[in-house]
Amino acid sequence: MTAITSGGGRRLVDTVLRARELSILAALVVLVVVTTAVNSSFLSDQGVKDIFLNASILALLAVGQTMVVITRNIDLSVGSVVGLVAFASGKFVLGHDRNVLLVLILGMAIGAVCGLVNGVLVSFFRVPALVVTLGTLYVIQGADYYWAHGQQINAADVPGSLLELGSGSVLGIPYLPLITVVVMLAVGHYLRSYPSGREFYAIGSNPDAARLAGLAIRRRILTAYTTSGILAGLAGVLWLARFGTVVADAAHGWELRVVAAVVVGGVAIVGGLGSVYGAALGALLLTTIGSVLVVLKVNSFWQDAIAGLLLLLAISVDRLLGLRVTRALRRRNVRHGA
Amino acid sequence: MSESPPILALRGVSKAFGAVRALQDVSLDLHGGEIHALAGENGAGKSTLVKILAGVHRPDEGQVLLDGRPRDFRGPGDAQQAGVAVIYQEPTLFPDLSVAENIFMGRQPRARFGRIDRGALRSATAGLFERLGVSLDPDRPARGLSIADQQIVEIAKAISRDARVLIMDEPTAALSGNEVGRLFSVARTLRDHGCALLFISHRLEEIFELCHRVTTLRDGRLIATEPLDDLTPDDLVQRMVGRELDTLYPKQDTTPGDALLTVARLTREGVFTDVSFEVRAGEIVALAGLVGAGRSEVARAVFGIDRYDAGAVEVRGTRLPVGSPTAAMAAGIALVPEDRRQQGLVMDGTIERNIGLTTLRTLRRGPVISRKAERDRAADWAIRLQLKYSRLSDAVGVLSGGNQQKVVLAKWLSTEPSVLIVDEPTRGIDVGTKAEVHRLLSELAADGLAVLMISSDLPEVLGMADRVLVMHEGRLAAEIPRAEATEETVMAAATGRTRREAA
Repeated sequence: MTAITSGGGRRLVDTVLRARELSILAALVVLVVVTTAVNSSFLSDQGVKDIFLNASILALLAVGQTMVVITRNIDLSVGSVVGLVAFASGKFVLGHDRNVLLVLILGMAIGAVCGLVNGVLVSFFRVPALVVTLGTLYVIQGADYYWAHGQQINAADVPGSLLELGSGSVLGIPYLPLITVVVMLAVGHYLRSYPSGREFYAIGSNPDAARLAGLAIRRRILTAYTTSGILAGLAGVLWLARFGTVVADAAHGWELRVVAAVVVGGVAIVGGLGSVYGAALGALLLTTIGSVLVVLKVNSFWQDAIAGLLLLLAISVDRLLGLRVTRALRRRNVRHGA
Repeated sequence: MSESPPILALRGVSKAFGAVRALQDVSLDLHGGEIHALAGENGAGKSTLVKILAGVHRPDEGQVLLDGRPRDFRGPGDAQQAGVAVIYQEPTLFPDLSVAENIFMGRQPRARFGRIDRGALRSATAGLFERLGVSLDPDRPARGLSIADQQIVEIAKAISRDARVLIMDEPTAALSGNEVGRLFSVARTLRDHGCALLFISHRLEEIFELCHRVTTLRDGRLIATEPLDDLTPDDLVQRMVGRELDTLYPKQDTTPGDALLTVARLTREGVFTDVSFEVRAGEIVALAGLVGAGRSEVARAVFGIDRYDAGAVEVRGTRLPVGSPTAAMAAGIALVPEDRRQQGLVMDGTIERNIGLTTLRTLRRGPVISRKAERDRAADWAIRLQLKYSRLSDAVGVLSGGNQQKVVLAKWLSTEPSVLIVDEPTRGIDVGTKAEVHRLLSELAADGLAVLMISSDLPEVLGMADRVLVMHEGRLAAEIPRAEATEETVMAAATGRTRREAA
């Protein structure tokens, strides 16, 4: 009796969690099939490659954002960090043939510093994350604009080795998605299988309980922000490598796209739930919708509206499912208890 | 006094929060193999003492001794490592994580490369539950667990840490009779294994049933530590309140007037079925039953928080629309909810704001709320209910449980209701305040209010109610007049041993 009912409750919860990733995949398939039916060129090699290339940077940011959101925080500064790093690494390579690895390290270091600042303010000074990262968003953006002063980096000035990172591939797989997938798997594995990884979920699930359990809350939050910053830095370098041409407001407004991707991907905005895989899939879905709109010749202004709609849908579905799961779990108690 | 040195002890501990001196020069010894009770009214300093033992607060003066040596707990983690485990009144679990992860958070069994060994995690948890004699699935999420099961998880956590000191801060407040029994047998098992237990409860009979010695606090000071064998419940109450309690249940006799609240055949599918009753002016009607029998759900439906599928609710003969608390309030119903922290109060809000919340319209001067009117009203009610506070602009969260409940009562009484529904009015409230709340309810009824009181506290039901309605599995099982209401008749109906007699 116990085994059966408890298995049922568990299965339900598991199904709901996995259902999110599956339903995004289903949505992707439907989207792709319908669009291909309308315009067969959508599924061309180049088309698919473009989608993956475009999704890579967003997915990378979504992975970092997931770590932060799981701890019941948010990082709105990522868009600015991408812009700053893209421009800074552009300046760095300008006219020199810099080693690609060196550029990557520099970019990630800048990102790490930004993330560290966010993390320190949120975890040590206990300023709400929304306010802190909104502040750093504007500060970083301002600094970037001031520095750029209307200049732009041109692809012609960027060394070929770096551009190769953005467009080249190994064994037919482009570097960008490869990097993203490796990062995603690493972070996902860490969060799922390591004691310290589970603490991120614990902190987001119930901060008071985490404090009473003696978890290293500040250190985890600091880690989450630093990781988000490093990945934003990496994304900045990849941005330069992919587009070559960079103006100061590169990735302007991306923070909200990242948050949208994360939430659509099933990461609870109140923390404690979700996976980097879901978030990356969310990023892929949003990017695919963008491409579909282009293929279907829908005005690209609609892209944001559709992303917003999807966000609302995702949150409503979460809420409904959450209520049903809670009710199902409660019902089991009644049957067992008293 | 005792043969072995105490595992954990406090020596001359004092702690102040701002101007409030929560503890003054308190000493306490916790011995292995003994269950020690901590008694005192709310606000007597019990919670502060627990938090010092748990490493949440650090004493301003005095020492915490572990095995006779001074220890400085810098945080909850330190105390845990020293073998001190606390089960709080409201268990602190991670709802999104599995039960097993909750128990082993921070100390998960490791496989290769430092990864979590999920198999070992599951079997270790299952082993703990087996030792405790409970059936819980290690893999289910903690979300949705009953309070009793959450406490079992907390106890399993403590055992898995090899805790030598287990502190239980009002663990029974939200439990049904069976669950209390299960908790007690677990506590006795731990005692027999040599643990030192500190047990806090407002239910005196539980203290006498479970514990060996009792330490009583009053206003932050140590009153006495003594064996319970030499005490009577009245002695203990006297130590807690520092005065003889005239009577805990000051019920005035009243003649019921017209029916103010009439509930007819109310049904919410799967929750409660065919519930009919009326509450007349001047009457206190208790709604008794086991936890989960559907009592609070009926109250929520009557007040319009939840919808119902069939039936009707009438106030003074006027039918209320389904699912509209606004209409219920306008008709003169007030609901003091079960969970004052979540449902009754804005915990971060000030006392005056909380009291004013239900009557914002009447506090308006022109389009804006008059702060002065708000404060005046709050001050009035604070006096009428003998609220203990330092400033009306303090957050409600800093008040003791009993005083918080008074704020909730003030908030609703200021709407001048004709029907007052109180859900567990004295849960987690100390004896002194409890008597005050009872007196207040009795006076209100005498003034012509219709009072519907939901309570799991049987002496309270028997002591206060003119009539007792007993629910069992979503149905009204019995209606018992005051003269016939005894523990036996009420419990028989609550456990389904009698069918409802002609209503």
